[in-house]
This record gives sequence, C-alpha cells and structure tokens, in this order.
Amino acid sequence: MAKDELKTGYRLIGTRPDRPDGLDKVTGRARYGADLSAPGMLHAAVVRSPHAHARIVKIDATKALALPGVKAVVTRADLPTGLTGEDWNLQENTLAGEVVLYDGHAVAAVAATTKFIAQEAAALVEVEYEILPHVTDVDLAMKLDAPVIRAGTADHSVPEGMSPNVVKYIEFGHGDMDAGFAAADLVREHTYKTEATHQGYIEPHACLGQLGGDGKGEMWVCTQGHWYIRKMCSAVLGLEAAQLRVTPSEIGGGFGGKTTIFMEPLALALSRKAGGKPVKLVMSRSEVLRATGPTASASMDVKLGLKKDGTMTAAKVMFRMQGGPYIGSSPVGEALSCALACYDVAAVQHEGYEVLANRPKAAAYRAPGSPMAAFAVESLLDEMCRELGLDPLDVRLKNAAREGTKASYGPTYNQIGLVESLEAAKAHPNYAVKLGPNQGRGVAAGFWFNHGGETSVSLAIGEDGTATVSVGTPDIGGSRASIALMTAETLGVGYDDVRVNVVETGALGVNEPTHGSRATFASGMAAVEAARQAIKTMCARAAAEWGIEPEAVEWRDGAAMPAGPNAGKFPPMTIAEIGATMGATGGPISGHHEVTAGGVGASFGAHVVDVEVDPETGRTTILRYLVVQDAGRAIHPAYVEGQYQGGAAQGIGWALNEEYVYGEDGRLQNPIFLDYRVPVASDLPMIDTVIVEVPNPGHPYGVRGVGETGITPPLPAVANAVAAATGARLRSLPLSPPKVLAAIKAGRHG
Amino acid sequence: MVEVNLWSGLRKLADGQLVVSVQAATLREMLAALIAAHPGLQPVIKAGVSISVNGVIEADMSATVDPADEVFLIQRIKGG
Amino acid sequence: MSKIHVTSTVNGDPVEFLADPRESLLDCLRDHLELTGSKEGCGTGDCGACSVQMDGVLVCSCLVLGVEAQGKKIDTIEGMAVGTDLHPLQRKFIEHAALQCGFCTPGILVAAKALLDEQPDPTEEQVRYWLAGNLCRCTGYDKIIRAVMDAAAEMRGAN
Repeated sequence: MAKDELKTGYRLIGTRPDRPDGLDKVTGRARYGADLSAPGMLHAAVVRSPHAHARIVKIDATKALALPGVKAVVTRADLPTGLTGEDWNLQENTLAGEVVLYDGHAVAAVAATTKFIAQEAAALVEVEYEILPHVTDVDLAMKLDAPVIRAGTADHSVPEGMSPNVVKYIEFGHGDMDAGFAAADLVREHTYKTEATHQGYIEPHACLGQLGGDGKGEMWVCTQGHWYIRKMCSAVLGLEAAQLRVTPSEIGGGFGGKTTIFMEPLALALSRKAGGKPVKLVMSRSEVLRATGPTASASMDVKLGLKKDGTMTAAKVMFRMQGGPYIGSSPVGEALSCALACYDVAAVQHEGYEVLANRPKAAAYRAPGSPMAAFAVESLLDEMCRELGLDPLDVRLKNAAREGTKASYGPTYNQIGLVESLEAAKAHPNYAVKLGPNQGRGVAAGFWFNHGGETSVSLAIGEDGTATVSVGTPDIGGSRASIALMTAETLGVGYDDVRVNVVETGALGVNEPTHGSRATFASGMAAVEAARQAIKTMCARAAAEWGIEPEAVEWRDGAAMPAGPNAGKFPPMTIAEIGATMGATGGPISGHHEVTAGGVGASFGAHVVDVEVDPETGRTTILRYLVVQDAGRAIHPAYVEGQYQGGAAQGIGWALNEEYVYGEDGRLQNPIFLDYRVPVASDLPMIDTVIVEVPNPGHPYGVRGVGETGITPPLPAVANAVAAATGARLRSLPLSPPKVLAAIKAGRHG
Repeated sequence: MVEVNLWSGLRKLADGQLVVSVQAATLREMLAALIAAHPGLQPVIKAGVSISVNGVIEADMSATVDPADEVFLIQRIKGG
Repeated sequence: MSKIHVTSTVNGDPVEFLADPRESLLDCLRDHLELTGSKEGCGTGDCGACSVQMDGVLVCSCLVLGVEAQGKKIDTIEGMAVGTDLHPLQRKFIEHAALQCGFCTPGILVAAKALLDEQPDPTEEQVRYWLAGNLCRCTGYDKIIRAVMDAAAEMRGAN
C-alpha cells in the first residue's frame, strides 16, 4: 500500500463534528446486548461452582427439567469432544468438564419460558462436588507444594523441577549485564505487586442466540469482535462458521474483556436443545466479576542501575503472573516487552513466568501487561531519582527511546513520540504548580505497541452520491465518526454525506475485534483504500462519458474533472451525478479493501499527577491530572481526548482502589460494584490532556492507535505522587487508605 | 539472505545463535526456513510470535522480506 | 406466583402492566413497557444506569419494585426529549462528546436533570457529588461534568 506524504491543513480531519450515534445514545434508543427480544424467546440461567477447585462427581438435572416452563438443560456432555489447545481452553471455560477451576466456573445452563423459572430451575440442578485444595496467589502457586491445577499443561519453555503450575518461561535481553551494573553509581532492586482488576464495563455480557438442529444460527451480542464470537462459538459447539451469523449490538464498554467468549455458546446450545427457540442470556454483575476475564495479578522484581547523572546503565526484570487456570491467558510476554520499552539502556535482561491459579480465565485489559510492568519499573526509577536528587522528567528525557534507539525487546525504533510527550509534560503549567502540605507530584511514562490485524471494509456509492461504509469493528470510542471523517476527506464530500455502519459477519470478510487500539487505524486505513477504489471507478465512468482515457481524469472536491487542459474541456461530474447514472454506465459503484494491516505506529505517553494524602485516614485525593500522549494524527480530537481521560481514570482506579479480594476459601469476596470500587465522579478532577502528533508514516493520515497507552502511566504516577506526599513508598497496589495509613505510621515503606 | 534476530531465550534452540540467516522472500518462507534450519524452534513459532520488520510489527505472513530489512522475532503481542 | 395489575403514568402516558411481585421497576420498564433506555449495570443500586424519576424523585429503578409504580408518575430517559427537541442536557452531551459507549448516558442524563430541577446553578463539586451514584467507565467524567455545567448555564440563561 502506498504510503502518502503526510500533510497538514485537512478539510475535515481534526475537526469535531457530532458523532453519528450520539442521538441514539442520548435518547435511550441505542440497542445494546440485552435490549433485543425475539418472539417465543426463552430466558437462560447458568449454574456456577461455589468452589474454587473441585471435582464434579455428578450433575443431576432431573428436578430442574421437571419444573414447568423449563425447555432445556445443557452440560459439558452436550458439547463435542476432541478439542485441543486454546479451543479446548475456551470449551472448558464455557462449561467445566471433570473439574471446576474457580469460584463461578459454569457447570450447567438452563433455558425456560421466564427469567424467574430459569433461576428457580438453575437452583434445582443438583451438583455433587468433591472439594480439592486451591491456590489463588501467584507466588504461592509456584511453590512445589502448591495444589496442582492441571498437570501437563506446561510448554517446552519451563525448566525442570518447577511446580506443574508454572506453564511458561520467557527470557530475553541483550548487552553485558555485569558491566552495566558495574558502571552504575546506584543499584537498587525491589519487588512490586499488583492485584487482579476487572475492566469494569458498565454493561454486563448479554446475548440473544438461536441455533437450529441444522447447524444454522444467529446471535445478537455485545462484543468487541463478532468474528471472534463466531469462530469461538463454532469451535466450542462444533459448528460451521459460515452458518452462524453474528450481529454486534452497540457495546457498553469492553476494554478487552469482550474480545472473547464466556457464556455465548450456552445460549446457542440451549436454543438447539430447546428446538431452535431463541434464548436470551444476560450476566449479572456478580457473574461478570466472578466469571468473565479480569486481568492478571503480578509479582515483579526489578533491578536498575543508574549513574549519578541519571543515565540508566542496566536493567533487569523478572515477572511472575497468573491469568487463571489455562496456559496463554496472562500477558506476561507483553508485560516484559513493555517493561523497558521507553528507555535506551545498553544492558537489559527480562525473565518471566506464567503460572496457573484457581481464578477466572484472564482476558485482555487495555494494554495488557503494560500497566503492571510500568508500575514496577517506573516506581523503582522514581525511587532512585529521589535518592539521587534528580528531576524525574529529566531522567526520563535523558534515557528516552527515540528514532534509531534499539528497543528493549530488540528491534530499532522508527519515528516515535516519547521525547515530544515528555517535553510537553515538562512544559505544561501543571508541572509548575506549587504544592502544599501533604501533597506530592508523580510522573511516569508509558507505552503500547498497538495492532493492525485482519480488516475488511466495503464502501458503496448511493444513487444520490452519498456513501455507505461497512466496517467490522464495533464502535466503542467513536470510531464511526473518525472513519466517516477519513472517508469524507478522501472522497471530497461532506461529513454528513457518509454513513458508517458496523455490519454482521455475513456482510464482510473477516475482521479482528476492536482491540489493540486498531479500529480507527485499521478500519480507517481500509476505508480510505476502499474510497480510493471507488474514486478510480468513478473517474473511469467520467472518462467514458467524455470519451477520454481514465488516466486523464482526476478527482477533486467530490467530483471528476479533466486532469489538465490537454484532457479536454468538460464540466466536472459530481459524485451525485455519477451515482445517479451508475446503473447505465457500468453498474453499481463500490470499493472494498481486505488487508492484514501493517504499518502500525506505537503510542508513547507521559502523565503528571498531583495528589494530597490525608495523614489521618490514608485517603488519597487526586488534585490535578495531566495526560500527554502521541496520537500520530488526531482524526477527531474529542474522541482522542476521551481515550486519554478514560484510560487515566481506569489507571487511577487500579492504583487507588480496585483489587480482587479472595477469601481463604478461594471465593471472590467483592463481586459487586459496592465492594469492587471503581472511580466515581467525585473521586476525580478535570483531566487535562495534550495531544502530541508525531505522524505514523504507515497510515494514510498518520494515525496511531490511542486507546490503550493511557492506562499504563497512572499506576506508577499515582504511586510516585503518594510517595512524594507522604514519604512512604508503597510497592503493592492498590494504595487503599488502610495500606497507605499503615505505611505512613510505619515510617517509610509498605 | 534475510537475517532473523532471535531473542536470547531462543539461543539454545538455535545452536547457540542469536541471528540466523535464511533464504526467504516472504515472512511465511522465513519462518519455515528457520524451522528447517533449527527444528527446536518449531514449538515456539507454533505457539505464536510477533515479527518486527524495520521497527513495525507485521502480522501478514505473505508480506515480503528483504535482505536489507531488520527482522526481529519478539514475544507475541495481543491487545485489549 | 400470580401477577399484580399495575397502572401508572410513564413519560406522561397512562400505562398498565402485569408485574410479578418480585420484578423490579427496571424489569417492568424494559420487559413489559419496551422502554429499554434504562439499563441494568449491577442490579444492586451501585451504578445508576437504571436511574429514573418517580414522582420527581431520583431513584435506582433496580431497587424499586414494579408494583411500587402503582399510581405514580415515572419519568425515564425516553421522556426527556419532546418530539425532535432534545433537552439541553442531551444536546450538550453530544456537543461536548460527553459519551463514548453511551451505556451510562441515559442514567446520567436523568440524574443530571433531577439535579438541575432542584439546583439550577450547581458548582462543579456539587455536580460531581450528585453524579457520584452514576458510574462511567469510559470517559473519566471530565466531559460529562462540562456538559452538565454548560447545560445548566444555558437553562439559566433561557429563563
């Protein structure tokens, strides 16, 4: 794909028109996962394990089936056998086979004519368990005497003699570590821990599924990726993918947690067993917290060597992460790759373990692994800056990765915006505000790779010259608006002359989910290519009309015109005129583009936060928060700001309040929003944003994904600010008031 | 010949080498050639790796690769 | 369990429905009256996505029984606009990009309207504490607060 010369001064790119779904969403008309009903619909309820680890001795659904109104019960016995790898993991997580692996693990599902009958029936399903010992802590799960989750899961990488719960080992690095540490004036090492958190989307998972005995099915579901839903449900249920049509609803948040399946196959399996009636399945909030995909918990060792002038000479990290009871669910690889990605350090060493635990199957959560890694590395770096009396932003600038730097994970960086972000943070008025008693300032840098991935987009010109764009990436953050802007810019038409629709799996080639900050980047890129294709066709139509060569026609301001005086004197043919006659000039005019998008640009950011900590309660108040991040090019600045602010809010919650609390019995203690405390409006100030633009040469408009990086710096930035405010350095999150208070009282460290 | 940079943890699976030269025109051919040269790399590549070409992660295995390109295998990256 | 016949006024219209005594008002609005604008985010009154006004009072409809609606006046998100005329809050939300996924938006709009009914000139702090019962996971609240303050200013100017 030709890479355009990046220009400035666009007509539409960078403006802030109303988002196309705004009216539907402010009036309550927009339809989400649970908002669709169908005639003859049944309601489903799921039977879940109350034990963290147990053998299933027997499941008896006789009483449930006898209840009037109950139409079907499904257990693992209703699903095909013979799956392997991640397909097996997904099937095992959908319905437990021989063993339940975490509190909330599904063992059976029921469909009935009403919600209440379904719930009663679920309570009547009798499950006999043989309780097994469990382990939920990542470090305890690595011990040789830990209860074994599933022997034989470890892959080729794990060294001899480790607990069977250790399933993956990663090691990479470069440079002379001994020389690097020897060259340092200050060497420090500490351990940092983060607890599992949930993406916390306000909309619980919900779907309406229908599957006939002939293997043909349909599903309406809130998801970040309906082709993944199709692929995974087909694998778990033994269906042909093309026979399952999945339509995405509007989605009430995802952040990575809705890029996979949890209970969707159950709706289809129940429907098939109930004779093909549609089945609605909506999760409760406690089911969401117990049994969807929180992120991993992590225990991380970091060792850094710094010279007196702040130069980083060597860095060594060792991370241990658990992502539940299946291999491949934790982001330990990503965490390691991100850990030192912001810095130019000659000697780096990374090691990591993935460990199984009796916890739900972790799913992606906004830059998976990056926030935890940043908490560890950016905290230690901050500790050492303070010890050396150095400005933390200056030290980051001194060591910042830039174009030509060898990345900590190997390759050489091309154009990136870390230095620009750090400089903008330093120059911002927030950085100069004088602080008062019990107040402190913290800074941190952050990084995420971003992603391209499989993309299919189709564009059609209407009879009136307006354009319809079909994309496969559900709109979570405003991508329809941004794609419309890019399409309208390319076609030379107005923003309102383009409508972008997120279409079902039957209407386009395969699309990867809206994840990896890819929707605006990849669907946008493909929409631009599709528009260019349509432009080519329209120029050819004008050329035929004028009797000249297509090469002699150019497209400008939404019309075809002769490319120069030699081409001939013809008045422009507008897109509306071409659309009106297309049936008679060669047929309907469309463009389409299928690509595994490359040219991805990483996004770096820097955050500055001021806090005040109440020395009597340990409560932290955020006084001021600044997000600076490189967007490449902000197609719709308001939606870029929105991603920055939203990521910051989630990171603040993770830093201050949010954590999964497991009891001695291995059960989740806080599965409701009252006790799983996410930030509310009164917890936060206005969040200041600065959009840095170092255009990505790999995208026609210079776009870099922005959705994920913003959650990474808050964890360390807030911890650094609390340390500055109190003199107490906490090395485990969250910084909940009792912990902060205890650390203050203990005098220094927690 | 395309020079493929492995990460240090793979050294023991590639006869102690960190950089393996292979004959390949596309990324798919490159991975196949790596496995042919060092069969011990197969489980790692099968489990999933990300490939960086000139600093950009490339997921399309049909993408061409040139002897002048800087190619690194890195941990597989998934987003959220 | 036999159902109970409920008559009520919703968004100014007379309605009637049969409620299972165990059903919440939220369930009744969504399942019997097809008013799916109010959302269930938690079912325990912690997220505010189900916010409605009952006889002018802001409530979490997931904590109100459907049968309690008997004889009461219920106002939901669907009643905020009059025809194609949006309420200033709705307009300001679009203008300020104060929504991303939009799932919390109906609840926040109803809650904000209830605030401005009572206090037409709130401070930023008052708005934040009033809306503390409405969780938003996407926006970080910044643009929401700006939209509410701007709508309040416009509504004061119009009077």
